[in-house]
Amino acid sequence: MSEASGLGSGTGTPPLAAGSSAEGEPGWTAAVRRRLDGRLPLEEVLPTRQPAFVGSWVYVFGVVTIAALVWVLVSGTVLAFMGSAWWHTSDLGHFFNSIHFWSVQMFFIFMVLHLWGQYWGAGWRDGRAKTWMVGVVLFLVSIVTAFTGYLIQQNFDSQWIAVNAKDAINATGLGGFFNVLNFGQMYGIHVMLFPIALTLLVVLHIVQVRSRGVVRPIGDPYVPDTGESASTGASQ
Amino acid sequence: MNGRRPKIDKTDYYRGIRMTPYDLIKEISIATVGILVAVLILSAVLSSPDIPSATIQAWAKSDPVDFVTTAASELAGQTTTAQYGPPYTTGSGSVQSIGPIEPQVWAGVHVAVNAPLDFVLQPLSQATVGDQTLASALTTFNNASAAQQQKWLATYNQALGSAKLVDNEVSVPSGDYGPVPVLMSRLLTLARSGGLDALLLTSEHFYQTDFSKPLLFLSDGGYFPGLAQAQDLTGSQWGMMNETGRYPGQAWLWLFTLWYQVPPIGSASNADLLVVVVMTVLSLGLLLVPFIPGLRDVPRWIPVHKLIWRQHYRSMTK
Ligand code: HEM
Repeated sequence: MSEASGLGSGTGTPPLAAGSSAEGEPGWTAAVRRRLDGRLPLEEVLPTRQPAFVGSWVYVFGVVTIAALVWVLVSGTVLAFMGSAWWHTSDLGHFFNSIHFWSVQMFFIFMVLHLWGQYWGAGWRDGRAKTWMVGVVLFLVSIVTAFTGYLIQQNFDSQWIAVNAKDAINATGLGGFFNVLNFGQMYGIHVMLFPIALTLLVVLHIVQVRSRGVVRPIGDPYVPDTGESASTGASQ
Repeated sequence: MNGRRPKIDKTDYYRGIRMTPYDLIKEISIATVGILVAVLILSAVLSSPDIPSATIQAWAKSDPVDFVTTAASELAGQTTTAQYGPPYTTGSGSVQSIGPIEPQVWAGVHVAVNAPLDFVLQPLSQATVGDQTLASALTTFNNASAAQQQKWLATYNQALGSAKLVDNEVSVPSGDYGPVPVLMSRLLTLARSGGLDALLLTSEHFYQTDFSKPLLFLSDGGYFPGLAQAQDLTGSQWGMMNETGRYPGQAWLWLFTLWYQVPPIGSASNADLLVVVVMTVLSLGLLLVPFIPGLRDVPRWIPVHKLIWRQHYRSMTK
């Protein structure tokens, strides 16, 4: 007891000030905290003010993609929990399968709209190339995830898709390691590995976006402050 | 070392741009509820597809001649699966390569399938209990020379061309088929009972989740593709991205499927490999758009951004 109450005091180390970014402290932990703190203070994760141009409809697509993904994950969790035969034998199960199915369709529609929106707005400018690249990886990972989902429906479609897709995968030499005819393997990949990867990538993507802020419109570029007080004028 | 700060401070980055209040959490909440409503409506009104899976039992019952023809070809080692090549066999029937680049061969056999043994002889030998006729037919077949086996099977396969269903049995004109008709008739009975579906799943383990063998067997026959044809699912009908019924399938595979409709690629014997290569290159292109001159400039040349940020540009000209 007496030791516990003595924690953090009397050691000669000054108590940490709230919000300190471990300025000047040595060590890996301090380095990580400096990095996180510098890149992503809470006010940037949850902003209350944004550039006025964020009112454009194009910014809706990314948010709606997240919303659809939420329902994909929720309905998928219910399906996984109830077991793989449930939705073939129960009306409620089938309804949850429908929710999963249509959330996925929504997810893809809005992700593709988001992709095109980002392309035509050249969202990779001003140091955002990595955000775009993680986006593309998300797109590709989503496709593989959906594909494994179609394979584990346990109906005629799954059989047909598996039998047809095997040749393309076999041709790459990967067929022996990613065997689309192996339900157990595809089930694990679809229900666990890929959803986790997808979720982590989405978090990374959002952190990338929030840490830099949305990109300025094309034709109204950022001009580094050269010390002169005059600004670019155009956007005044 | 100093604490790292973003290279460009945001207040600096947004210099000259009007900032407005913005409620992120509210926007996400509204989107989440909105999508849920849309999805619930779609699910209630349109449901989702669930065409029951094909079984070997259903195949043997509804098209016994096709089943027996396929089984006899498996026994003769003449089906697509029997001659496939890696990852199933050491053959080369379905091996694709581009010149000296043959990843399929390099990877080797990892899901070994021995068509005559796995699809016919092994299941039959498990069904010999109490069936002396089958047991001796199997012994006769196994003891015969490979040449003799092939001779029986060749004549039998030819005779199957004029096979008829008599008393629900596949009947062929009489000829020298050795023990083959007995084997086939027993396999048909086994398949009709549903026993073959189960026997194709067994291995040394108790738990089974690998459907490679029954799926490969099904895909060698005419019955399974016939079902797909009836559902508009085949390749020439943009198969892979379609769903049964009128449901949207994997529409996002449109570009992948498109290449199969492009003559020089789609008609090539290594079409799959070519399509994979093309798609890999295109995916890399998409990944690297920010760095590819031309591709990254299109958005400036074709000013869709005028629509995206219309409000902003309007306020700029004021
Ligand atoms: C799971 C899929 C995805 C989700 C949930 C997602 C989500 C988001 C969100 C919420 C934003 C913030 C701005 C906005 O809402 O438009 C954003 C920005 C961005 N996204 Fe995505 N995204 C996904 C996939 C993609 C894809 C496929 C690409 C492109 C290939 C992409 C490229 C970008 C870029 C470049 C930005 C930065 C835009 C800027 O700075 O103005 N994202 N993403």
